[in-house]
Amino acid sequence: MNSLVSCISKASMLFLLAGAGLFLSGCGEGVPNADEAVEQGILLYGNGAEPKTLDPQRATGVTENHIISALIEGLITYHPLDDNLPEPGMAESWESNEDASSWTFRIREDAYWSNGDPVTAQDFVYSYNRMLHPDSPGEYLQMLFMLKNGEEYHRGEVSDFADVGVTALDEKTLQMDLIGPTPYFLNMLKHYSWFPVHGPTIEAHGGMFDMSGEWTLPENFVGNGPFILDEWRPNQFIRVSKSPTYWDRETMRLNAIYFYPVEDDNTENRMFDSGLMHLTSTVPTNDVPVLKETEPDLIHIDDYLGTYFYRFNVTRPPLDNPLVRQAFNLAIDRTAIVEKVALGDQKPAHAFVPAGFNGYPSPDTLGYDPERARQLLAEAGYPNGEGFPELYMLFNTSEGHRKIAEAIVAMWNKNLGINMQLENKEWKVFLDAQSHLDYDICRSGWIGDYMDPITFLEMFTTGNGNNDTGWSNERYDELIAAAFRSGTEEEHFGYLLEAEQILLDELPIAPLYWYTRIYLKDPRVKNWNPKLLDNRPYKYIYLSE
Amino acid sequence: MLKFILRRIAQSVLVIFVIITVTFFMVRFAPGDPFSAERKMPEHIKQRLMEHYGLDQPLMVQYGNYLGQLLKGDLGPSFTETRSVNQILKASFPVSLELGGWALLIALCIGLPVGITAAVFRNSFADYFPMAMAMIGICLPTFVLGPILALVFGVWLGWFNVSGWFIPADRVLPALTIGLVYAAFIARITRGGMLEILSQDFIRTAKAKGVPFIRIIVLHTLKGGLLPVISFLGPALAGIISGSFVVETIFQIPGMGREFVSSAFDRDYTLVLGTVILYAVLITAANLLVDIVQVILNPRLRFEDS
Amino acid sequence: MSVKANLSPSEKRLPEATVDLDAIEAGTSLWQDAWHRLKKNHLALISFWVLIFMGVFCFIGPFLSPHDYRSNDLEKTLLSPSLQHPFGTDDLGRDQLTRVMVGGRVSLGVGIIATTVSLLIGITYGATAAYIGGKVDAAMMRVVDVLYALPFTIFVILLMTIFERSIVLLFIVIGAVEWLTMARIVRGQVLSLKKQEFVEAAVSLGYSTRRIILRHIIPNVLGVVVVYATLTVPAVMLLESFLSFLGLGVQPPMPSWGSLIKLGADNIQLFPYLLIIPALFFSVTLFSLNFLGDGLRDALDPKSSKD
Repeated sequence: MNSLVSCISKASMLFLLAGAGLFLSGCGEGVPNADEAVEQGILLYGNGAEPKTLDPQRATGVTENHIISALIEGLITYHPLDDNLPEPGMAESWESNEDASSWTFRIREDAYWSNGDPVTAQDFVYSYNRMLHPDSPGEYLQMLFMLKNGEEYHRGEVSDFADVGVTALDEKTLQMDLIGPTPYFLNMLKHYSWFPVHGPTIEAHGGMFDMSGEWTLPENFVGNGPFILDEWRPNQFIRVSKSPTYWDRETMRLNAIYFYPVEDDNTENRMFDSGLMHLTSTVPTNDVPVLKETEPDLIHIDDYLGTYFYRFNVTRPPLDNPLVRQAFNLAIDRTAIVEKVALGDQKPAHAFVPAGFNGYPSPDTLGYDPERARQLLAEAGYPNGEGFPELYMLFNTSEGHRKIAEAIVAMWNKNLGINMQLENKEWKVFLDAQSHLDYDICRSGWIGDYMDPITFLEMFTTGNGNNDTGWSNERYDELIAAAFRSGTEEEHFGYLLEAEQILLDELPIAPLYWYTRIYLKDPRVKNWNPKLLDNRPYKYIYLSE
Repeated sequence: MLKFILRRIAQSVLVIFVIITVTFFMVRFAPGDPFSAERKMPEHIKQRLMEHYGLDQPLMVQYGNYLGQLLKGDLGPSFTETRSVNQILKASFPVSLELGGWALLIALCIGLPVGITAAVFRNSFADYFPMAMAMIGICLPTFVLGPILALVFGVWLGWFNVSGWFIPADRVLPALTIGLVYAAFIARITRGGMLEILSQDFIRTAKAKGVPFIRIIVLHTLKGGLLPVISFLGPALAGIISGSFVVETIFQIPGMGREFVSSAFDRDYTLVLGTVILYAVLITAANLLVDIVQVILNPRLRFEDS
Repeated sequence: MSVKANLSPSEKRLPEATVDLDAIEAGTSLWQDAWHRLKKNHLALISFWVLIFMGVFCFIGPFLSPHDYRSNDLEKTLLSPSLQHPFGTDDLGRDQLTRVMVGGRVSLGVGIIATTVSLLIGITYGATAAYIGGKVDAAMMRVVDVLYALPFTIFVILLMTIFERSIVLLFIVIGAVEWLTMARIVRGQVLSLKKQEFVEAAVSLGYSTRRIILRHIIPNVLGVVVVYATLTVPAVMLLESFLSFLGLGVQPPMPSWGSLIKLGADNIQLFPYLLIIPALFFSVTLFSLNFLGDGLRDALDPKSSKD
């Protein structure tokens, strides 16, 4: 027995020692709290999730964009106030030919990569070659199909990249020839798929098509943006600090940014409340109305370029009948959804494309009319919902989606007399069902990539990978194709407006509301302005009492 | 004993092999793939990625390739992160191990004494009160206890950071969250096991002979009374050490529990397999350990029986 | 062990030839005795009635409630408790009292059925493995090891896509997970029991394995089993909410205590009543189960009759 006791005590001593060893080895230095950070010019930013990559040509998300745009700058960058306006980035000046189909950019003399190399026109040629190459896995490479022969090069029909519409006229002059007139080209250039990458670094770490992403690790990363990548601790933080080679470093007032990948919105808000964070990525839904009352200085609600909507599977009766889909749309009280359920001052969607594009008149089509909805449903053969089959409403597991789906189903029940089952599925199962049209009605959302309505309307063309409704309309396809090649802005918007009107007549979807970004902000963060695309030029942000 | 351990290790290798095989095919048959997303990837680009990761080959070939790699100690690249699976596990496992160690320490330090006291002073205040507290611990799942601790000690009192894994004090709240729940379990099971032994004849005999009470408890009852606790600890140990998804999410801890669950959601095939293999090794080791301790505590068993 | 003169009804139905033996060795009155002892335990008795009340409250209550657990009222969201809504309303304006009652149906149902399933499998499996021992034991326990390590999330996702969603599947999944620890615990107990004199005596008398397991071994591990069962119930109830999260289990608008508590935990700071009330019902149920479990444990203890 004694030997047993001593055995156990020895074991527990060992255990304690091991624990203490780990304890000490695992402890690094702390991170600054909000007050210390303000003094040191460090922004503590809740970024919602861990980025999957920091390579701008592989990235696909808003999370990644927040970090990448601190590290790399495109020809045109984000305007501090208005997303419709261009802000000079790597390009100090530019000009286009008359019909906006050929553009020339002058790259600034004092533009340097963080290793000291000058940023040249050739860097952009290299980058776009990497993006468009037939072997490129870049998900956004279709953005670059704007370039003449870009698509052909990617498909292998044109084998020499010199034939693609991007040319280095000299060290600092870049010319781009497009497939057609593109008046909104400067807005597209702000997207990270057009960002340059540093060729020599990529070549030194596996080459153009290396998938390991080794060049994006802090010890290798070379960028041309206002910050350099300092430290990347997965699931803890990414720290970027002021770049000594950035051309506009005189303007910059921040010394560093911590991006915290906090996925739990309650955790994020506790961090904010206890002074560990300056900006959160979101606010728990039910807290919003209360915080608007109690903390009006902290909570911010900005319009955001996105639409929350439901898809109808038009290949399944009775949803193949446009009357049924119109009835469903008319029976949704969007104002009530926004004010009582979504709670974030979202805008009830009266069209699919969110309002906010300069010069694009958003149609005012969708409204709430239960009476008319009942009529339409009766016309479709289901008076008072009689004989209407029991459909399933599919959504991916999330409190927010659950709440809205329950409210909508209750509205349809009340206004149309039909019953519907709710069905939530885990994310990837949900996506699988959606893309195989294995659903009746499902929840969706779409965030715009750049400032033009086509970023919303393109997806409902026939055969588009993101259509996912089975809906197809010849005239619609023609109009979108025409809009891509139209010469003037007026013509462009004309085609798009007509296309959207078709979409809103046929209604393979039920738009609910236009998104907002809801977040808590420390009042000491200055120059953080509302932006439709949620892009901020970090060089203008500063911290002060 | 050595023979027993060797045989068990041989069996464990087989067990782990079965686990790898079943998991490998299970994840492949789950709907969705690592590359599906709200904004769909163009088909030919997806094709390209599948080729790169060898996912376009027949399943059996992939399986063979994976086993070959595994023998070299390479768990493959992750589909959703820049780091390889080896790197991810190397970084996250020590964190979960440390968190689990503290949690286990808390659980044992609270659970055992409470359970023993309650059993000895059965049906008295020293039984009811701590046992009621233990029940509260069991009724409070970690997703409730975690936010409460963070709110009270982090936001309101400001004693600890509400999240993070940077300074020593950051260990306290998450370790408590896991530890208290397990302490409650251990207390309940200890009490049950102790009562079982205390009512047996040899204890009565010892009492009748006038053996000092403490001596009875320590020498005669602890050994048998703790058996159920030890059976419980086997699987619990692996669970605690491989981390808790909920607690790591609430407290923003870069541990393995999050990788364990999120890799399944992301269909990150290689990361799922990597975490499962590590977990399998842990659980088999923990169970082996438990079986050995069981024999030591109960000499009537021989190793051949286990 | 006291041998009562009169046989219990169940014993009377046994074939004549075995009556005597059974009556003597198992103590006819194992169950009857237990019931007598249980009745003397006030705490357990109160708990018993609390559980009965819970059952009535959850299964009959919704019929008496003026509110429906599904019907939204967007004008009345997140109201604090009042006379009209004693437990307040949730974020879609639904009466929380009705939802707690309806949620209880799901949770109590899952708690009782899934726990029973996991107990039956766990006890039988663990006892068999330990009793037979040797290679069979090793093989059986290695199977348990394999099942332990399989990634549960993927397992559930797979099951969901293979089968239609159903409540039966939910029980199977939960039972399939929860019996593993039970099996290990029972095995550990049985291993030590089977070396004890009374079992060895039974073996030397030439009884069948089945009979020894059922008559001699299982009654003696019941104590530990009951304790662990009371720990399984909350685990099972919470597991249900996780499965619902994955899309298995019950679908909204049907609530369960697990999902109500989860909603409450997410809103803990501003709307604490959303957490406190369902958590209270959950806890009271578990407390009662637990005291009843302890009472049962004491009552079933074959040696405690001498106390």
